[in-house]
Amino acid sequence: MTGNEAVAEAMRQVNPDVVAAYPITPQTEIVQIFSTFVADGLVKTEFVTVESEHSAMSATIGAAAAGARAMTATSSQGFALMWEMLYIAAGLRLPIVMPVVNRALSAPINIHCDHSDTMGARDSGWIQIFSENAQEAYDNVIQAVRIAESRDVLLPAMVCMDGFIVSHGMESVKLLKDEEVRGFIGGYEPAYSLLDVDHPITVGALDFADWYFEHKRQEAAAEVPVAEVVRRVGEEYGKLSGRSYGLFEAYRLDDAEVAVVALGSTAGTAKAVVDELRREGVRAGVLKIRLYRPFPGDEIVRVLSGVKAIAVLDRSDTFSTMGGPVFIDIKASMYAPIYDDSVYDDSVHGPVRGSTHDRDARDTGARDTTQRPVIVNYIYGLGGRDIDLEQIRKVYERLQAIATTGEAGQCVSYLGVRE
Amino acid sequence: MDEKGWRDVPIAGLIIEPGTARGYKTGEWRTHRPVWDPEKCINCFLCWIYCPDSAIQVKDGKVAGIDLEHCKGCGICAHECPSKVRAINMVLESEAEAEDGGKGNEETGGEANRGEADSDKADCGKAGCERGSVKW
Ligand code: SF4
Ligand code: SF4
Repeated sequence: MTGNEAVAEAMRQVNPDVVAAYPITPQTEIVQIFSTFVADGLVKTEFVTVESEHSAMSATIGAAAAGARAMTATSSQGFALMWEMLYIAAGLRLPIVMPVVNRALSAPINIHCDHSDTMGARDSGWIQIFSENAQEAYDNVIQAVRIAESRDVLLPAMVCMDGFIVSHGMESVKLLKDEEVRGFIGGYEPAYSLLDVDHPITVGALDFADWYFEHKRQEAAAEVPVAEVVRRVGEEYGKLSGRSYGLFEAYRLDDAEVAVVALGSTAGTAKAVVDELRREGVRAGVLKIRLYRPFPGDEIVRVLSGVKAIAVLDRSDTFSTMGGPVFIDIKASMYAPIYDDSVYDDSVHGPVRGSTHDRDARDTGARDTTQRPVIVNYIYGLGGRDIDLEQIRKVYERLQAIATTGEAGQCVSYLGVRE
Repeated sequence: MDEKGWRDVPIAGLIIEPGTARGYKTGEWRTHRPVWDPEKCINCFLCWIYCPDSAIQVKDGKVAGIDLEHCKGCGICAHECPSKVRAINMVLESEAEAEDGGKGNEETGGEANRGEADSDKADCGKAGCERGSVKW
């Protein structure tokens, strides 16, 4: 089945109380297929047809605030139109799950894959999980329900998959049984509900200079345990399905000297290149990031610490002259542990609740900068531009040269663009 | 500064108790103050009907004063008061304050028909924690 079909199946099995959605290429199929499930009575979902994505997210937020397990799905321009509401969903701590089919943003108009849409919302407070293929998209939607709804978290989560490449590509996908999914996600107990007449509440009240900052501080704290919850849910899902998930996939990285970091389907292409290179005796690896927000920077730095040269492949640009977003995040993570105790004193900043970092590692303070890998960035694949084995092989060849000489040369390059 | 920290307040800026507006004084925005003259008042209740802030106080079927903790000084009451009666006049807040030494509300019987306004209850991080649901 296609990625869209797999995600629609996952939504059917999750059987949310409310789905409010608007069609947009290449996501359309998800809500179209899901709407047939509604029409056929296969789900008990109230399906709300809306006039825009802004309304889709608004209605989803309203439903979630009323205590419903609520979902929507979108892509690209529609995602951009949700912008205002994205922050409200996160600020209200509503565990909405939203599959997003990654597509380029206009202008110029383009319907094909890149990560510009969701990357722009990387600081919106949403959890962002990327999927390499249809199987992962399916698995991630189911896990995202548990992650978002975790009482330690209570944040909305988007499950990203590459437009057309994954959303429309046909693959074999292993589905769980309906009752397995229902057992895994469990019933929904909202943290709060507007319809709980015994506990009347006000949602979305004015919150000026007196308490707004404290509420945002809570939101920042809620991001900290996400990594641990993602790992726990990923392990549990592995017991159920045979497919375990972590924060990322470290593919042949153990003894790697050169490595590529990628998100989504490109990681699969890079793994194929690594297999070829390994046969030729090159110690190459891939780091596929799954949890992109919150960014598990410390864990990523640790897993890359033995690598000599790294290329981060970004399927979007920040237009900041600083390179792509993933590159910037990894570079920042390499500078120092983010939640080092000496930097983040509990008494001043609050506890790093559920931190996944063990104390010994954190106690080392600032990183040994002399041991840092050399890191370069490639912006690639914008607007659906293909990336193939040959291009990625060239990246590894450059990394081998960097590993030998220690000379990085140009830091940010554009891969596959006409020069 | 309030002694409560970010861990102690309900998540997401929720207000988890009804009726908390009672404890929230919003009369400070006023530039003009309605001054009510009980001698002239004929208790027609036009001001009570029109006041957008329910600031006209009523007790025992009669106007009892103006709640200056919530009155915004819009002047609608003075405008609606019958022209032959003119029992409410708008005066500059600074002048009114200079005259009453800042007491204002006490003189006009501010708390006359309120329920039990308990401003402590309004800020109830604890209530949320007891429910075990809305702590951060
Ligand atoms: S001035 Fe306006 S707010 Fe104040 S009592 Fe009169 S009508 Fe109400
Ligand atoms: S409108 Fe004037 S006369 Fe009528 S009740 Fe109000 S103050 Fe009294």
